Amino acid sequence: MSSQEIPEERLPAEQDTAHGAVEVADDPFADPGLPAHRPRIQDIDERAAKRSERTVALMFTMSMLATVGFIASYVIFPVDKIVFIWPFGHVSALNFSLGLTLGLALFLIGTGAVHWARTLMSDVEVADDRHPIEAAPEVKAKVLADFAAGAQESALGRRKLIRNTMFGALALVPLSGVVLLRDLGPLPEKKLRKTLWAKGKQLVNMNTMEPLRPEDVVVGSLTFAMPEGLEEDAHDFQNQIAKAALMIVRIEPDDIKDKRQREWAHEGIVAFSKICTHVGCPISLYEQQTHHVLCPCHQSTFDLSDGARVIFGPAGHPLPQLRIGVNSEGNLEALGDFAEPVGPAFWERG
Amino acid sequence: MSTVTDTKRKAPAGERVADWADGRLGIYGLAKANMRKIFPDHWSFMLGEICLYSFIIIILTGVYLTLFFHPSMNEVVYHGSYEPMQGIRMSEAYASTLDISFDVRGGLLVRQIHHWAAVIFLAGMFVHMFRVFFTGAYRKPREINWLFGFLLFVLGMFTGFTGYSLPDDLLSGTGVRFTQGAILSMPIVGTYISMFLFGGEFPGTDIIARFYSIHILLLPGIMLGLVVGHLILVFFHKHTQFAGPGKTNKNVVGMPLLPVYMAKAGGFFFLVFGFISIVAAIASINPIWALGPYRPDQVSTGAQPDWYMGFAEGFVRVMPGWEINLWGHTLVLGVLIPLVLFGVILAALALYPFLESWITGDKREHHILDKPRNAPTRTALGVAWVTIYFVMLIGGGNDIWATHFHLSLNAISWFVRIAFFLGPVLAFIVTRRICLGLQRRDKEKVLHGRESGTIKRLPHGEFVEIHEPLGPEQLYALTAHEQYKPLEIGPTVDKNGVERKPSALQKLRARLSRSYYGEGNQIAKPTAEEYKEITSGHGHH
Repeated sequence: MSSQEIPEERLPAEQDTAHGAVEVADDPFADPGLPAHRPRIQDIDERAAKRSERTVALMFTMSMLATVGFIASYVIFPVDKIVFIWPFGHVSALNFSLGLTLGLALFLIGTGAVHWARTLMSDVEVADDRHPIEAAPEVKAKVLADFAAGAQESALGRRKLIRNTMFGALALVPLSGVVLLRDLGPLPEKKLRKTLWAKGKQLVNMNTMEPLRPEDVVVGSLTFAMPEGLEEDAHDFQNQIAKAALMIVRIEPDDIKDKRQREWAHEGIVAFSKICTHVGCPISLYEQQTHHVLCPCHQSTFDLSDGARVIFGPAGHPLPQLRIGVNSEGNLEALGDFAEPVGPAFWERG
Repeated sequence: MSTVTDTKRKAPAGERVADWADGRLGIYGLAKANMRKIFPDHWSFMLGEICLYSFIIIILTGVYLTLFFHPSMNEVVYHGSYEPMQGIRMSEAYASTLDISFDVRGGLLVRQIHHWAAVIFLAGMFVHMFRVFFTGAYRKPREINWLFGFLLFVLGMFTGFTGYSLPDDLLSGTGVRFTQGAILSMPIVGTYISMFLFGGEFPGTDIIARFYSIHILLLPGIMLGLVVGHLILVFFHKHTQFAGPGKTNKNVVGMPLLPVYMAKAGGFFFLVFGFISIVAAIASINPIWALGPYRPDQVSTGAQPDWYMGFAEGFVRVMPGWEINLWGHTLVLGVLIPLVLFGVILAALALYPFLESWITGDKREHHILDKPRNAPTRTALGVAWVTIYFVMLIGGGNDIWATHFHLSLNAISWFVRIAFFLGPVLAFIVTRRICLGLQRRDKEKVLHGRESGTIKRLPHGEFVEIHEPLGPEQLYALTAHEQYKPLEIGPTVDKNGVERKPSALQKLRARLSRSYYGEGNQIAKPTAEEYKEITSGHGHH
């Protein structure tokens, strides 16, 4: 094995290992120092350098053209023009051309600058010394002395009354800011426990906006309902529907496993809160055969034939059921509000 | 500062401007230290640049978007140029986002650049952070800059979240609902925070305007400060470098800011901006017009947050729905534990540098980067962390995995639950083994040279591969890394026979130190003697 000679004096290296508690192994090989600079073709051949110069200039010129193209696109293409461009499909002509021309105009400046730096600017590596971050001992001593002098002159340590009252004042003053935040919103009180449902409120079909009749609800269908009197253009519609949204299915009474559920149903028509008890997404997927409903957000699954028990997923308790019946006009109506809060659980829920 | 140069010489215009500025700002002093500042070159050092540039792009495009966006939840009936939404009730926020997308020329492009840049910003920070982690660049004196960067990552997540919630579309509204549900799970204060944040019950009419001021003012203001601080510290500490010939802990080897990095870094800004513009031209992101305005009783399937929130989403999806009801109160562990884990796992990353420096007891400055293989325990811990992160990303997209790969949702959830505990352990063991294997290979290379690929037949018929010895530069680069010796507690009885009881903390520290640097946990570097013995040449291959 013909080995390249390693000069003796480079083995082993000197290394400062004593640094307090730390013990580190020595370096076996000495630092050979910065390698010699290897010239690039542009450093020795002026023709190659000229070529690089032309390449950079070409990129900058093309960038200018791309900007002209951007302005032209802005003027030419109507905002609603859709074109087919393979392989992207149907795209907005304006968005496509503006993005492409702007992108090229920018990108070509970048490639030009980088190419210029890599081929024509000096690539000789230089070493710069580092300096310790921490101050020299005499600087530190001076600072400590200055601080001691300042502290002494303030008499903060001696005049405790001033010090303590100042700390007190500074500690109290931010309280005003905290107090000012009080009106960000109302207190929770019982707000999360009540919905718009009440005894005698009719169930309104969300699609037809007509009162629901028992015969409208067939086995295997999922119907969404909201309380009568809630209008879409009401100022608090979003807040109310966020709690009152209802999901209605019909199950053969014999298939209902939960006794209370059967009692709260009307001829097998059951009404459950549509708001998931996990973190509040609306539940929207229904399996006809199993009577399972699934929340599309986090996949909590509830069995509507068994008291909306959680059978899978992160929800912690069943969906609240709304007790329903039929009024004198033959429409479905609520027999009261939900017995428990709808939606996600919270500390005061109990 | 008068100079001795000929005062009769008429200075060129540029110099006169600089003189004027120097007289007021002292720019010559600043430029003296920084104009020819040396930066080392390595491809991984540009990851941070990607973050910086996408941050600038986000600010530029964001300012443009504020000119057209109305952060209001007032309900309007849409009559703009997007036909499918004609006559539909929606908030002004959603309507103005439709206007930006369909009526403002170039508005869609700017919106998409803004969103793509945000996605790339977060991805860039993630990768940059792990470049810093795996090379040990967070060691003294850079721990504070590590924290600055960590804060930028976390604040970036929340800025992204508040940003994509602004259009008030069905998808992002669902994400806001999820956030509200998570807030409700907090013991005692949950309902109060929810009421105060939303100005009443969910969704109320305030949240978009409040998110708006958080998204465009509060968070980016803090982030801008942190970015500036981050950069000042990079300049002040000077950049780290990998070990190599001529590169020591006391110098920095590379090329000067003016002109090379001015051109390279400046050019790179345009490359990033150009790239994102082209992506925004050809790839649509967050097409809110396809989702519809938010209604709390409606939802679309396949609801996914932006990728950087998928980690938190995963915890929430796979956590069992534990609820404890006692004394009229509910402890919603099923949501609270994910919320806490999210914070704890992020915090572990932030605090790791301080743990490591406590174990090593190392108080020196470190400017030479470690190769990941040379710090096997650190690298393995980092990979374990990343494993948790990606396992949770799978959990966060469990419905997408289920529908795209025809898997059972149930099975995915159980996989994620088990992998959350098992994955990091496996990743740790495997990574450490790989690191040690690579260390052995480096040692082998130093002692026996590089495999040349040339097969030689010896006179007696044996075939051997010729190994070429490494040059002094490679030899140095492969052995320049530091190897700590494990911490010893020392004798428990001192020389006077008095018993000394090491504290539990000292014992823990010694044990951790052994697990980092003890026997079998790192491969001792070849020594000069070993090298000399082998290369003194006795046909040894």
